Amino acid sequence: MAVDIMNIVLADDDSDDRLLFEEAIEEIDVKTNLSLFKDGKELLDYLLLPDTILPEIVFLDLNMPIKNGMQCLKEIRNTDALKELCVAIYSTSSSEQDIEETFVHGANIYINKPNSFSALKKVIDKIVKINWQYHTSALNRDNFLLRL
Amino acid sequence: MKMNLKFDYNFICKTILQEQLGALNLEYKINSLSEVEFKRKPTEKQLLQVTKALKHYGISIIVDQQSALVQRIKELITELINDTEKSSKYNASDYLAEQLNYSYAHLSSVFSETTYSSIENFIILKKIDLAKELIIHKNYTLTEIAHELNYSSVAHLSAQFKKTTGLTPSAFQRIINKRKENE
Repeated sequence: MAVDIMNIVLADDDSDDRLLFEEAIEEIDVKTNLSLFKDGKELLDYLLLPDTILPEIVFLDLNMPIKNGMQCLKEIRNTDALKELCVAIYSTSSSEQDIEETFVHGANIYINKPNSFSALKKVIDKIVKINWQYHTSALNRDNFLLRL
Repeated sequence: MKMNLKFDYNFICKTILQEQLGALNLEYKINSLSEVEFKRKPTEKQLLQVTKALKHYGISIIVDQQSALVQRIKELITELINDTEKSSKYNASDYLAEQLNYSYAHLSSVFSETTYSSIENFIILKKIDLAKELIIHKNYTLTEIAHELNYSSVAHLSAQFKKTTGLTPSAFQRIINKRKENE
């Protein structure tokens, strides 16, 4: 089925990072609807509201206060209503061990936070487009792993 | 004896929609007789059930022509990739043009307009998706997978796998195995 607008959520405690993300996503071709959250708890509370339209993709910063990205990821994968969500981990860590651990705990995408705006835009554009294919084609989402 | 009947079409259609959609346990809202809104996006399976249930009453879901063509292109690509023999004989562009009776240039532009991706990219995505299946479920070696999917060499397959997923085939396999152990 066709997805006209892609619903995207981002949880990141850094307000500058949220702002940059918002600007980058406005510049890509795919129509998106972005909701922003300051930490993992705020995000999960929102996702669990009965009226929430579940997003096609969740971006999680790894280091956040109150509830960090990894805790969030685990909760999403252990909650029936949420476990099918596509989750992208968004972090400054590039340790192979961190990366592998997030994948093992169910992340679909791992992104090293790019250090320029144009690189960020490129990364988001690529993810949204590939994710779009996963939502509209017979591709196996259980095996959807992407590292950027 | 003859009987005369008077129909309230709006009422009939609404009742059919309510009965059928209600039976499928979907939360929905009827916006107008030609538009139903779902609270949560139905899964592919639910969508099929809705299509089937409504078809019985002569109600069909309108999908625009371009999306229908894109869907056919995707189906043909899947079919071609899954058939090693066929995919070694045909190149995808000829195969699609021949099967669908449109020039490849036309197909290619419709596909890109509708999906934000080129046909070529979709083929790669689909091939790598199949390669993943083969790695996980059939324990194929990379050499066997390269052959199965018509790659000229293992190196070519590995490079495309890495470029598409950001992971090497072995890292991918290790992660999936660890996930299974965690379950």
